[in-house]
This record gives sequence, C-alpha cells and structure tokens, in this order.
Amino acid sequence: MDTIQGSEPRMPDPSKPYPVTVLGYPAEMIGPKETYARVSDQIAGIPLKHPHPKFWLTCFAIAGSLFLMFCVAVGYLLFKGVGIWGINIPIAWGFAITNFVWWIGIGHAGTFISAILLLLHQKWRTTINRLTEAMTLFAVMCAGMFPLLHLGRPWVFFWLLPYPDTMKLWPQFRSPLVWDVFAVSTYFLVSLMFWYLGVMPDLATVRDKAKTKWKKIIYGISCMGWRGSARHWQHHQSAYLLLGGLATPLVLSVHSVVSFDFAVAQLPGWHSTIFPPYFVAGAIYSGFAMVLNLLIPIRRLYRLQNLITTRTLNNMACVTLVTGWMVIYGYIMEAFMAWYSNDPFEKHMMWDRAFGSYGWVFWGLMLLNCVIPQLLWSRRIRTHDLALFFVALSVNVGMWVERFVIVVQSLHHDFVPSSWKMYYPTKWDVITLLGSIGMFLMLLLLFIRYVPMISITESRELIALRREGQL
Amino acid sequence: MTREKTSVTALPEPEIEYEEPALFGLMAEFEEHEQLLAAARRAYAEGYRRMDAYSPFPIDGLAEALGHENSPIPLFTLAGGIVGGLGTYFMEWLAMAKLYPINVGGRPLNSWPNFIPVTFELTILIASISAFLGVFLLNRLPEPHHPVFNVPEFERASNDRFFLCIQADDPKFELSQTRKFLESLAAAKVVEVEQ
Amino acid sequence: MKPTPPSRTFDLADVRARLDGLRGQQYWQSLDEIAETPEFKEMLHREFPNGASEWDDGVSRRSFLKMAAASLALAGLTACTKQPVQHILPYVKEPEELVLGEPQLFATAMCRGGYATGVLAKSREGHPIKVDGNPEHPASLGGSSVWMQASILDLYDPDRAKTLLRDGEISTWADFASDFNRILREHEANQGAGLHFLTETIISPTLAAQLDAILKKFPQAKLHSFDSISRDHVREGARLAFGQFVETQHRFEKTSVILSLDSDFLYTHPLALRYAREFANARRVSSGKGEMNRLYVAESTPTITGTMADHRLALGSAEVEMLSRSLAQRFGLGTMDGTSTKSESWLNALARDLEKNRGKSIVIAGEWQPPIVHALCHWLNDKLGNVGNTVFYTEPVELRPTNQLASLRELVSDMQADAVKTLLILGGNPVYAAPADFDFATVLPKVKQSIYLGTELDETAALCAWHVPQAHYLESWGDAKSFDGTISFQQPLIEPLYGGKTPPEILDLIFPQQPVRDDYEIVRSYWETQKRWPDFEKGWRRSVHDGLIADSALAEKKMELKSDAIGEALRSHQVSVTGIEVTFRPDPSIWDGRFANNGWLQECAKPVSKLTWDNAVIISPALAQQQNLAAGDIVELELNGRKVRGPIWLQPGQAEKTVTLHLGYGRERAGRVGRGVGFNANQLRTSDALWSASDLKISKLGEKHPLVATQTHHNLQSPERQIYREGTLNDFKANPQFVKQSIESPKNAETLYDTNEYRYDGYKWAMSIDLNTCLGCNACLLACNAENNIPVVGKDQVARGREMYWIRIDTYYKGSLDNPEFSHMPVPCMHCEHAPCELVCPVEATMHDHEGLNLQVYNRCVGTRFCSNNCPYKVRRFNFLWYADYKTPSFKPMYNPDVTVRWRGVMEKCTYCIQRISRARITAEKENRRISEHEIQTACQQACPTNAIVFGDLNTPNSTVAKLKTHPLDYSMLGELNTRPRTTYLAKLRNPNPEIQSEAKG
Repeated sequence: MDTIQGSEPRMPDPSKPYPVTVLGYPAEMIGPKETYARVSDQIAGIPLKHPHPKFWLTCFAIAGSLFLMFCVAVGYLLFKGVGIWGINIPIAWGFAITNFVWWIGIGHAGTFISAILLLLHQKWRTTINRLTEAMTLFAVMCAGMFPLLHLGRPWVFFWLLPYPDTMKLWPQFRSPLVWDVFAVSTYFLVSLMFWYLGVMPDLATVRDKAKTKWKKIIYGISCMGWRGSARHWQHHQSAYLLLGGLATPLVLSVHSVVSFDFAVAQLPGWHSTIFPPYFVAGAIYSGFAMVLNLLIPIRRLYRLQNLITTRTLNNMACVTLVTGWMVIYGYIMEAFMAWYSNDPFEKHMMWDRAFGSYGWVFWGLMLLNCVIPQLLWSRRIRTHDLALFFVALSVNVGMWVERFVIVVQSLHHDFVPSSWKMYYPTKWDVITLLGSIGMFLMLLLLFIRYVPMISITESRELIALRREGQL
Repeated sequence: MTREKTSVTALPEPEIEYEEPALFGLMAEFEEHEQLLAAARRAYAEGYRRMDAYSPFPIDGLAEALGHENSPIPLFTLAGGIVGGLGTYFMEWLAMAKLYPINVGGRPLNSWPNFIPVTFELTILIASISAFLGVFLLNRLPEPHHPVFNVPEFERASNDRFFLCIQADDPKFELSQTRKFLESLAAAKVVEVEQ
Repeated sequence: MKPTPPSRTFDLADVRARLDGLRGQQYWQSLDEIAETPEFKEMLHREFPNGASEWDDGVSRRSFLKMAAASLALAGLTACTKQPVQHILPYVKEPEELVLGEPQLFATAMCRGGYATGVLAKSREGHPIKVDGNPEHPASLGGSSVWMQASILDLYDPDRAKTLLRDGEISTWADFASDFNRILREHEANQGAGLHFLTETIISPTLAAQLDAILKKFPQAKLHSFDSISRDHVREGARLAFGQFVETQHRFEKTSVILSLDSDFLYTHPLALRYAREFANARRVSSGKGEMNRLYVAESTPTITGTMADHRLALGSAEVEMLSRSLAQRFGLGTMDGTSTKSESWLNALARDLEKNRGKSIVIAGEWQPPIVHALCHWLNDKLGNVGNTVFYTEPVELRPTNQLASLRELVSDMQADAVKTLLILGGNPVYAAPADFDFATVLPKVKQSIYLGTELDETAALCAWHVPQAHYLESWGDAKSFDGTISFQQPLIEPLYGGKTPPEILDLIFPQQPVRDDYEIVRSYWETQKRWPDFEKGWRRSVHDGLIADSALAEKKMELKSDAIGEALRSHQVSVTGIEVTFRPDPSIWDGRFANNGWLQECAKPVSKLTWDNAVIISPALAQQQNLAAGDIVELELNGRKVRGPIWLQPGQAEKTVTLHLGYGRERAGRVGRGVGFNANQLRTSDALWSASDLKISKLGEKHPLVATQTHHNLQSPERQIYREGTLNDFKANPQFVKQSIESPKNAETLYDTNEYRYDGYKWAMSIDLNTCLGCNACLLACNAENNIPVVGKDQVARGREMYWIRIDTYYKGSLDNPEFSHMPVPCMHCEHAPCELVCPVEATMHDHEGLNLQVYNRCVGTRFCSNNCPYKVRRFNFLWYADYKTPSFKPMYNPDVTVRWRGVMEKCTYCIQRISRARITAEKENRRISEHEIQTACQQACPTNAIVFGDLNTPNSTVAKLKTHPLDYSMLGELNTRPRTTYLAKLRNPNPEIQSEAKG
C-alpha cells in the first residue's frame, strides 16, 4: 500500500490513517506528492494498462449474467404482457414505476456533484465528478427503460413524442407522463453533453499516452483532435460553466417532474404539495449513497486514495446526512398534513401506511432510511470505509422501499373500500429489478475499463492550485 | 484484320523537386503555467498576434493575454434558450388549443400551468445543445490533424508541459528574430513546427 | 411474499368488542379486518388474493378459454350461422325485413325450473347476440335475470354436446329413429310396460298433449318428472291447506307489509322479475311525502330478498318454521310449546304491523320451507284478509302436477326392481341432481335402453345408451307457460348449431309418420288443433310475433281453506332441530348446475358473498369462532354417514347454527369451464332432507382452499367516507334534504376556469341509480357483459384483482356481526365532467366528447394505466394479458359487432353503451329530429328488473333522468372531489318498524 503511505504523511495522531485539520477533520484533498505527470500516468494508466483484469472480469461476468436475466424477463414481458407482473386494479403500478423513480433518483447525485458543487466552487468534487456523471448516465438509462416497459403496448411508446402523426394527434401535454418524457430525455442529453465536454481533454491525454497505433486512433477520434489550445480551453470553459449553470435547475426540475406523476394525481398519499422538494431531496440522498457504494470499492481496488481522499468521502457522508434529514422532514410533514387536513381518506391512508397490510414495509423503511443513517453523525463512521459503505447501502435499499410504499401502499387503499386489493410481486418483477442493476453495473465496469474515471485535467488544476498554495 | 507492329519507346524519367517543407511556426515549451502566461503577455507586447498557447489544463487569463476576444458561447446559449422556450410553448399551445382541440377533463384548451414543465425542460435542452455545439463550431473540431502534432514533444501538451506557438504567417514573424525572442522567455526548448 | 401460516385464527370476541365500539352509521368489513389483528392480513392472503400471493405469475395457469382456443381449432363451426330452413333467403336480393347492420328482435321464451320467461332476442346478420326481457311479457316486464343474460353464452358454448351418441359412439338421427322405433315396437306388445319417461316440470302444452297421447297408446307406460330445485313443498302446502294443488300468486305493488319466511321471491322465484318490479314500485319514494312498503325477512342465509329487508332475522330453516307457528299462534291457530324466544318482541311488533295492514300485506314462504309453513302462510293470508287483494289462487300452472320427489322415488324403485326396460330422460341431468340416497348413478345402468336428451355431455349422458344433443331454446320451436299461466312461444333465431333436438321432436317419433316432423310442425299443428283463434294463421303469427298469447294468464280461483286440517297437521308433528343444521340452496349464479359451464355466471360475483368460481361451506361468524374455523379452511361435512369436503366461508348474517351449501358445483362431467369447480353438495342431499337437515358434523382437515371474492372490504371505514348514503323513511319525511346535509360537491360556479369553454348544449347524457330499489341481482352486470364483449378471465386472474366487469355491484355491511344490514351499490363509470383519468392520459386515449361522455379510445391507448390510478371510483379495467378470446370459433358469432373486442395492453371501461347512443342518433338524424326520451337504454338499464338504473339526456326537459337529478335524495359519489360525475345516486331509504327500531336502540 505504498501509494497511500507515500502520498499521505505520517500522523501525529496514529489513530487516524489520514492527515487531519486542527479540528480533526480529514485535511487532504489531493496527495502532497502529486505532479501533473503522476496523475496523468496514474489515471490514464487504468484504461491503457487495465490493472486487476481478474477482478474486473469476475465483476463483469456477474453483472453480465444479471443483464442477460433482464433480457429474458423483458422478452417474456413483450411476449405475454404486463400481466406477468403482480399489478392489478387498483394497484396498476408496481415494481416498474418504483424502479423508475429509484433509478432516476440515483442519477441525481452525478449532476448535483458536477453542476451544483461546481458552481459552489467545491474543489473536492473534482476527483469524483467524472465517475458520478457516468453513474448518472447509466442510472438514467436504466430508469428510462421502465416507463417504456411498463406500457401495456410498449411498441407504440413513440405516441408520447410530438411528431407529425398521420392522425394529426399530439401528446397530451397536460399529462405528467408527457412531462416525464421530456424531463428524462432532457436530463439524459444534458448530462451526456456535460460529461463528454469534461472527458474530451482527458481522452486527448490517453491518446498521447497510448503506445499502440489502434489505441491512438480510437482515442484520437473519440477526443476529436483536442489540442488544448488557449482558444479551445476558452470556449470549452465557458460552455462547461454554462452547462453547469443550466444543469443546476435541471437537477431540481427532473425529480420535481417525476414527483408530479404522483402529486398531480388526486390519490390520497400522492396528492401532496410537499412532493417535489421531498422527492429531490430523496433523489440526492439515494444518489450520494450510490456514489459512496461505488467509490469506496473502486478507490480501494485501483489505489486511488491519493486522489479520492478520505476528505472527499467525509464530505459526501455529510451531504448524505443533510439530505437524509430533508427526507425525514418530508415524512413528518406527510403525517402531519394527513392529521391536520382532517381528510378521512388521507387519515386512513396514513393509518394504513403505518399499521395496515403493508405496515411492516413502512417500518422497515423507517429503519433503513431514518434510523441507520444517523450513524453518520459520527466522524469515525464517516471516515471508515466499510461502515460508510454499509450505511450507504441501507440508504439505497431504504429509498427503493420508500418508492414502493408511495406507489403501492397508496394505491391499495384509496377512496372506495370495495376496490381495495393487495399487491404481490411475481418472480418477473424481481428479476427485472435485479436485471436492471446488472445492466447498470455492466455499463459502469465498461466505463471504468475504457475511460479515465477521474478528471485528469481538473486534478492538474488542483495541483496547480496547491502549488500556488491555494488549497 | 491484320496486326500492325508498333515500336515501343521508353518514356523520359520525371524530374522530382525536393523542397524544404513549409514552416507553420515556432513553438516554445515551458514547464510551468506561470511561465507560459508571462510568455504570452510578453509576446503580445512584442506585437505578435497570430499565435496560440497549449496547456494540459485551462489557465485563467491566457486567452486574454494572447488577445483572443471573448467567447460568444454565452450568446449562443441565450439564443438557444429563448428559441427553445418560446418554441416549445408555442408548440404546446398549437397542439392543444389550435390543431386538435380536445376536451380533456374539462380543463381549458390552453392550460398554461400544465404547459410550463415541458417548456422549461426544452428551454434547458436547446440552450445546452447550442452551448455544446458552439464549442465544436468555434474550435473547428473535430480536426484529426494539425501541424502542432508534428512536434514530438507536443505529446506532453496533454500531460505536463506548456507550449506557446507563434505562427509563421504572423506579419511580425521572422524566423531567427522570433526564435531569439522565444528563447529569451525562459523556454525549456524552442522547436520549429512544420506545416 | 408467500403468506406465512397464521399464528392463531382471529378472535371474534375481539371483533365483537370493537364492533360495539363503532357508531351506528359505521359500516364494517370482512371479519378479521375489523379485528385489525395481524392475523387479519393473513386472512386477506387466505381469503382473497391467495393465488396471487403465490410466487409465479399464473399466466400459465390462466384461462381455460385459451386452452379452449387450442383444442377448438379443429371444431370447425363454419355452419354456425345457418338460417332456420323455414325461411332461408339468398342475400342476392336483401330480404326486406333484414337490413345488414341493423339488429332484429325476436320474441321468444326461456325456461328455468320449468317456468317460462318471455325474452326478446337480438339477432345480427342471422346470429343471436343478446337476450333481454320482453316488456310485453308478464313474467319479465322487460327485466332480465342473470340466467337470461348468460343464456346467450350457453348457445355458443364450445363444450355443448355436438353429436348424437350411441354407447359413446357417434351415430345419426336416422339410426336413433329406427332404434327407437324398434324399442317402441317391443313395448307395443306389452302396452308399454317398462316404458318410462323422466321429464322436468312440464309446462309445455304441446309436450303435455304428446304425453297424453303416449299414455293412450301405452297405458302401462309411466311418466315421472323431477326438478332438482323442485316446488314440491309448495304443492304439498297447497294440498294441505286446500286439499288440492293450487298455485299461489301475489300482487306486490299493493302491499305495505311483507313477511318473507325464507322466501327469495325477488330472485329465485319463478315470477321473481315481476315481483321485483312490483316490490320496487311500492318502495320507490317519488315525492317528499312518499310511502314505502316494509319488508320483514326471516331466513337462514342472506339472499337478495334478505338484503332488501327492513327487518331481517337470521334463523335456521327449522327456526323459521317455529317462527311461523308462533306467529300463527298469535292469530289464534294452534298452540306452540317452546316458542322461539329470541325473536319474541320482534314477532309481537310484526304481528301488530300485519294486523294494522289487513288486506295490504303478504306472508310468503320459500320453496325450501316444509309444506306446513306454506299452509300457515295460506292461513295467515286468509286471516289477514289478503286473499283476493294481494294474494290469490289459480289452477296449477304446470300440466300434470305431481309430487316430483315421489314420482322420482317410484322410478328409482322400479329401476332397482329391473322393471324399467326403457327410460327416456328429457333433460335435467338426474344422475348429478337426484337425491344422494336414490343413488341414480348405480341404478341407471340397470336400464338397458336408456335415452337421454341433454345439452351437454354430462353425468347422465355418460350412463345412457343413447345421448341426443338437446337444442338450445334459441334454436327451438316450442311453447311454455310462465308462472302466471301465460302461454309463451319459443321461436328459433338460428338453426341448431349441432343438430340438437327438442323434447317434442323425440316424443313425436313415437307416432311414426312420414316424413318425420320437426319441432315447428309439431308445435304449430298442436295449436292448430286447439282452435284458439278464429283465424288460425293470423292468431298464430300474432302470438309467435308477440312471444305469448295475450291474456292467457290463469283466472283467479276461490279456494276453501281447511283450517282444521292445518291445525291437525300442526299438532301431529312438532318441529325440532338438534345440533348444527345444514340447508341446501340453488346457487345464485349457476342454479342447480345446469349453468356450471357458463363462464360469465361462474365469474360474476355472488350477490352477497362476492365469491366467484366456487361454492363454499357458508357458516356464521359465531359458529366459526366456536369451531375455530377461518375462511378457506377445508372441512369435512358429515350428514348421517354421507361425507363431502369443502372450503369454509364466513358469512355475516348467516343463521348462527346453520350451514348453507349451494348446489350446482362439483360437476364431474361438464365442459372445461365447470368441470371440477367447487364441491358437489348433492352428495349430502337425501330425499328425506332435500332442503335442510339436522346434526351436521364439521371436522377441520387443516388444508386450505383459495376462495376468491371480488370484494374483500365491506366496510366504509369511517362516517366521513360518505360513499353510500342512506336514511330511514322518517328521516326523509322529517327533512327531505337530509342527504344533502352531508358533504356536497362544490358548485359549478366555484372554478377558475371559463365555465363557457365546454357547455354541453346538444345532448347531455347522464345516469341515475336508485340505491333504494337496487336488488344487487347482477342482471346489469351480465347484460353489460353480453352487450360489450367483456372477456372472462378465470379464477386465477380474478384472484389477482383483474376481473373485467364494467359495472360492479359493491355490497356493504352495517351494524351487528350476526345480522348486519346490507346495501348494494352498482358502480359503472361516472363519466365525470372533470374526469381525473383524462387529465393524466399522455396520448388522449381517454377524453371527453361534446355530449359529456368520457370516451376510451382503444386503438390510441398505450396502456400506462395512470388513468386507473387516478380514478377515484376504480371503474377502469385493464387487459393485463390477452383476455379476449379471438380464437374459439363458436364465440365469434356471439360478439356484438357494434363493440370492439379489446386486445392486450389497453384500458377499457363503461361507455354508457355508446354504440346504442350512436345508433339512436343516426336514426334520429335521418328523420331530422332529436333523440326522444326512451329511444336509448343502456344495457344495464334495460336489464334492471326494478328500473333502478335510469339513463337519458339532461337537456331534454322533464326527461326522467333530469327529474331524478333534482330529486332531494340525489347525490354524487365522492362529489367533494369536484369530479362532477354524470352518474349520480338516489340515497337508500329504509322503512324500519319504529317499535323494533327503538328496541334495537334500547
């Protein structure tokens, strides 16, 4: 482990494996011995040299096989119809929409880190934004599939897009589902452009470091002949900053729009004005948790502790904790409004949520989402890789369960008692969920393998700043 | 028909002229970005105009130092945003209220509050796309080859070195003069860039 | 997600305790739910979505109709639109009475349990597609029963007997005729000794005449008739009271007090449709100071009639007899030792009420009550001066009335004695339906020459030498009497699909003539001999056209009541019940099993329990608590030696110590729909206890059977949930507006929108449903089914909550656990003006038209199902899989060509029968006028026996619907959501007896 030891000076306090500030918080944003050449070699080295092939292949095999299961499930779905899932009347939405909301939520961390933190000049983001943006792209891909797959007739999904239809029909722009289509696709495209702008100069670095001809050609094409001239950088920087500025309201809007799928409906448990902020907070909550779940192992495996330092993790954990409390506030307000509105349907919904047939799910959610994350108050947990990993995991599961409760529990007891029913997922529901996770991991592994997963350029900037003593 | 015999005469060898490859410019290599920045300022003061600097990461003020005018990308974005926003709302209004008016749940044909989300999203999308394309347009990318790539050292422009290149077509460019000038800028090395 | 086995079954004492805590207006729901115990969730698993809680998706197990499709690819039914030979015409020149695309209506008659009901059958391009009541027919008055509506499916049932079989080998009609003649020639020698006929209740004059002739020809031949749902007790009751068979008829519209002693006169009675109409008319409250009749019911298991009661007693069958005895005693007949104490005060109040309404009351007993109770009814009606006013007597409707049980017993003993050489069975499936102790299945094979005329390859067909497929009534000529004696005619809409024959055709073979006559000639020639009309041709055509002979109803008849005989009978035997009592009843859907292969009836939820695809051992919550049983527990029932196994169902309102079993299930030889569904209660049913017996033993087997109900929550949760609104007649008189006092919908002015943007000033369709007269009989549901090509999805899919019915009937319980009040609420699409479903549809697949219809555009629907989520009434139905049966050839001619057959992945729902609206509009526009009031009837409205559903145009001044919307009782369900439904309800009114009410409070 000489990389860590080498990059991080000995502690006065041996209990802490990382340099600390006077307050005892992790101090390092980037290892002291880093030079331009070192980071270039280290980061560009991963796609070029491909270290730890065995480990990578094993993970890829697992993710790949999950993905194949997913393909089978989808094939059967298209063949038979959504009836293979547990949905019914009144619970016409089940796992599919739950997964959709969950994945979209996860996507949010990426843009949040790369856009909002960029505008807030949070330098610690620089070494993780590339990875999280990639995560965003893949999460949104997974999310995007579910609204299509859950259609009764998926093959006519394009009726939701505005195009000159032979029947002269248009999408019904009052429907939140149409808003979704635009929000999600906008979100995906903007994230993609933002991500590509960032990665372009680094691809140039890989091109210049590549030894073999083919690698040179491929990376050369993929970076479009980037030269890093002052003029390039000038336009690049201004566009990058603008995209950051544009992506910021986008992050807030996307999950608000997703929340409209529920808030605009008048179902007890859906029809609530707190939903947009509460969904956005929840999204960032789960997003950060997912980032932690990915960063911690990757940083260990590829020895990136000198770039993705404990300080970064610590900061991420803090954001997670804060957004977690926003979510908790959302829960409290829901219950409060149900009581305060004195609406019989809302009141019953809330009662049923806690003590009804799905009560156990709700309490599980409380445990995973509200109780366990409180561990993050402790600095030792925040700076302890394994502990942090599991807390993040609990948040991820918890947030999925939250969406399940919102979607299913609200539907199963609505206005007219005679139509109350229960929802039970089928094996196909579960396979589809696991499969989508497999697809996500598969894409992520390909990314790690072939693209510099940390922004080399911005790391260099950090070094430059450090040299100027500005860190 | 009868075949005629024809005498074959050898063609004369063509005369090939070997000439000096045209010069694109002179390139100075620096180790630190401060040096590059200083150099750029000096060169501009010297009166050089047709030049460009290359660095592995963006450097504040470098473009100004070289006398590049401000980037028009913000304007692109603004224009894109306006077009996107107005265009989208217009489309929604046209579709819902004019082309195919339908009574949906007794809501007004032009239910503007419901039209806002899509308007907003597309504003962002079109604006972003214009900014994105702007970069490629203004940087004339993709551009697979460029004379500066002929310099072997230039590899490090994307790694840990900083370059200033004064182009041969600069009115004030004169090979020995310029080379002298560049060497005076604490450049680690000055090389000729072939066309 | 599998439910873990329950730690303990719920505690009903606990339930009771909680119930006592509830306020009066509170409704509660399926038992465990109120208990709010975790076990309740277990019960939810057990009781309801059980199949669904299994891990697999069930696609594989779903839909016999799919299997049908495969297996029927071969059954080429290209001939299924053959025209009756009598008038087949080429389409080269279109016959003037038939315009392609225009439906034709034919009056004909359907028989159930013997008695005929006049129907109008709708034919499109030569194939019948719908059956409705014949408004001119006294036994229907335009109303429908579930069986009428479902009979169309029976016609096209792919499992019908298709060929004539001899010992299981395919044979021909000619072979049969010759063999039959051979048999008859044998019998000619011995004057027909050993020649036996077994028929159902005989109400066809033609058939009766044929039988007379046969007896003349074969004096030794014997006739037997048996109907498993026999009216023997009614017959015997009359004989006891009057010394002879007489039919008792009632006039309900004149009554102000009705006492039903275990009689389901609103649903199972042969004249139920008419009685229901009269009952409803006497109950409908038109103006602020309306009067209503008052209905007292004492019954063992909740029936349609019971749910309509103002005062209902849950009494065992025997207890009902005690009750009637002690009531008679109060009017001075007989002495009663050990009166049923628990209903003492109730009885006194009732007696006073009856006394108060002399001549305006009816006491009626159910077919299942012993003769003595019927005799007592006759006596009471006489005593109360009802005879001649609300009750009158006629000659028996059936021809050659007889004690059917006795006649069947005679047949069986003859068969055992090998005295039966030839047995001709005309329908009825006795092997399945005969009392268990007759053991018909083992004695029948002793008969060498057995001939069976039956519609399907059933248990009886399997044991008979000859099986002749019977023609469906829509394929046959015939005549039949309805319960009031009106002679009705059957005419075929279509040539028999499988060469089926009718009883007259078979009997006609007995008188060999050339050429062999078909049913048309037989019936026609019979009426020719009757000399009923001066001009036969005219009269005949008229009657066939009308479907009945005008005013042929039986004349009222003065009867001499033999009070002393009744008193004697009272003394001679005392009623007693020991242990647990079991009662047998025809199933509310599939009757005695003859409809077992009808998917519509199997899937339509039973009126009170909402069970589908099963019968169950119905017990009271109290008994369940005592025996520690929960819904779905499989138990073994033992009744003096005979055993049967079935799943438990807890039914609030069930008599405490009485177990009710519905007949008709557990068919071993039925089509793929009915085979092996439920258990066969006939195995316990013996000739000495056709309807009830004592000393039933119940033993729990520890296994479970998933029972599937379409509604598991019968509780409105909280008084604020003002979905079902009701009050008493006195509340209403005190304050006609009392319904409006509760939450009301926002006024139309209260909106930010431009109120003139959508003004429906052309037509403005709307519906009004009268909760006060809705019986919950499911007729509307099945009518909708037939009209709109609604698919059957099968038990597993229903278990997952995917039933497809467009109109559902919610049943809510209120009050005590042992004897709740019931309320039925039909729920179709509300066609909200501010439809929540439309707003959220991304592709305009559901939107509003200019007449206020909430349309569903199937070919635009992409199936997001958001509309259903956002529908507060949950009336939308989704094709989760391929539900529609495109493949089964025999179903193709059944579908209504005016209605799209929906495919997988699209949403569907009630359309207010838009196809009927369009048809009327086209006609009206051709004649350049507005659609007039009664031109459009929705299928549900047309079927409703009580006219509880009214549909029409609000812009037509003083149209019925427009008037009803201004009625003080009118309210819109969940109107507070500002959905502005076009379907609104008239609140329910009950008319309790103040004395009993106050006592209940006290």
